Amino acid sequence: MGSTIASRKRRNEQIAFWLFRILSFGVVAILFYILYFLVSNGIKAISWEFITQMPEDGMTKGGIYPAIIGTLYLVAGSMLFAFPIGVASAIYINEYTKDGIVKKFIKQMTNNLAGIPSIIFGLFGMALFVNQLKFGDSILAGSLTLGLLALPVVIRTTEEALKAVPDTFRQASLGLGASKWQTTSKVVIPIAFPNIITGLILSIGRVSGETAPILFTVAAYFLPKLPHSIFDQVMALPYHLYVITTSGTNVAESRPMAYGTALVLIVIVLIANLLANALRKYFGKKVKMN
Amino acid sequence: MNKLESINLNLYYSDFHALKNVSMSVKPNTVAALIGPSGCGKSTYLRTFNRMNDLIDNVKIDGSVLLDGKDIYDKAVVTDELRKQVGMVFQKPNPFPKSIYENVAYGLRVNGINNKKTLDESVEKSLRQSALWDEVKDKLKKSAFELSGGQQQRLCIARALAIEPTVLLMDEPASALDPISTSKIEELIYELKKKYTIVIVTHNMQQAGRVSDYTAFFYMGSLIEYGETKEIFTNPKNQQTQNYITGRFG
Repeated sequence: MGSTIASRKRRNEQIAFWLFRILSFGVVAILFYILYFLVSNGIKAISWEFITQMPEDGMTKGGIYPAIIGTLYLVAGSMLFAFPIGVASAIYINEYTKDGIVKKFIKQMTNNLAGIPSIIFGLFGMALFVNQLKFGDSILAGSLTLGLLALPVVIRTTEEALKAVPDTFRQASLGLGASKWQTTSKVVIPIAFPNIITGLILSIGRVSGETAPILFTVAAYFLPKLPHSIFDQVMALPYHLYVITTSGTNVAESRPMAYGTALVLIVIVLIANLLANALRKYFGKKVKMN
Repeated sequence: MNKLESINLNLYYSDFHALKNVSMSVKPNTVAALIGPSGCGKSTYLRTFNRMNDLIDNVKIDGSVLLDGKDIYDKAVVTDELRKQVGMVFQKPNPFPKSIYENVAYGLRVNGINNKKTLDESVEKSLRQSALWDEVKDKLKKSAFELSGGQQQRLCIARALAIEPTVLLMDEPASALDPISTSKIEELIYELKKKYTIVIVTHNMQQAGRVSDYTAFFYMGSLIEYGETKEIFTNPKNQQTQNYITGRFG
């Protein structure tokens, strides 16, 4: 009797193990297939001209230079807005508020913000930044809208980073007569910094690929020149991709360029991630724990 | 005059009554040991002297705690200033992820002292006092994490001494250390009491016997017995104290 139970246990164990193994390898396989699909289709479009020239002939020829620059501006702009505000809010929530209703409320609201569909952000951005504040369709309006979208990600990851700092460091610092702000700025943030950068990585990835929030706030259908100020419109990679795939002058002829655009977008996100990871490692070494 | 004193001190964590009517006093330049089983309130009591319990949400205190005769829970008291007078060493060595030098200089820097000569002098003096100077004088710029556990703890003591407190609170300072490092810390405590008043929490009865002049036995939030260490260990008046000291529970 006992041995059949044991063998059934072992068999179930094996089944579960293989099921999980297949599923997780499946996930990896899908990721690789997407990359393969993008590279094999997009690589033909990639050339020096493609990434340095203006689009031509109804966006069926030429390059995507203005869209690349536009996306870089939007990512930088949104981070300039979301990163300091997000980090400051997380510091307030984690270091300054006591457990209680206020803390719960702020956290719940932050979570709710994260759950809002991005098209709603687009609509809100148009109403507030474009119309109400009269920024017009502009880099400023688009960056602020994207920044709002990135805020919850920055707040959440920064909070986790701060929580991971052992309380003994705070106590040691406060025990030496340091104020709360000195403790936070001189001890807690340097230790949490490598993980705070993770928030930056995640939000850059999120922001650079978003289409809906820039749709009504900044993105231009076709604008073969570079912006002169933050009040100018720009082209952007995700929107450009959407345009030449669905509503360009000649969708079929633009197809290779669409794959090329997608590949460039992925590569930009990848470079941002690698860069931020390198930064994280660099700062991580400086505060290495025992 | 007593250096430290608590009068009818009660402390509550939300509904939990953690300290019950604790009244005791510590004379200057003596070592007082707080002993008792886990959860008896000895660490909580220690932390009332530098108001570390303030950091925990929902803590309520009544009664008074006096430092040099002045109530440290008075509204006019700034905790930053109090903690400069009452230094603390924690259970596990917790140096900052900074250099050895910057660890010791930290307390001075946050209190506005940035003059290099002053810092240099204070760092050396503090490291000498904590008997660490000879071991680290050639590598002050190295990370504190390169030191051994015992060295880290002496670094933490130096860090606490640098701001020139008059009282030193030690929360089981040797419990995470090996026997040799422990005896170094104990020798150090013996030296330090010439300049400082020391209150130490310990789980180790022999340690309490070796380092302290007075011993307080806590049980379930109450101070059961307090007196000269020799008396407590050889001739305890209370049955619970005797049971604990002889190892019948704890």
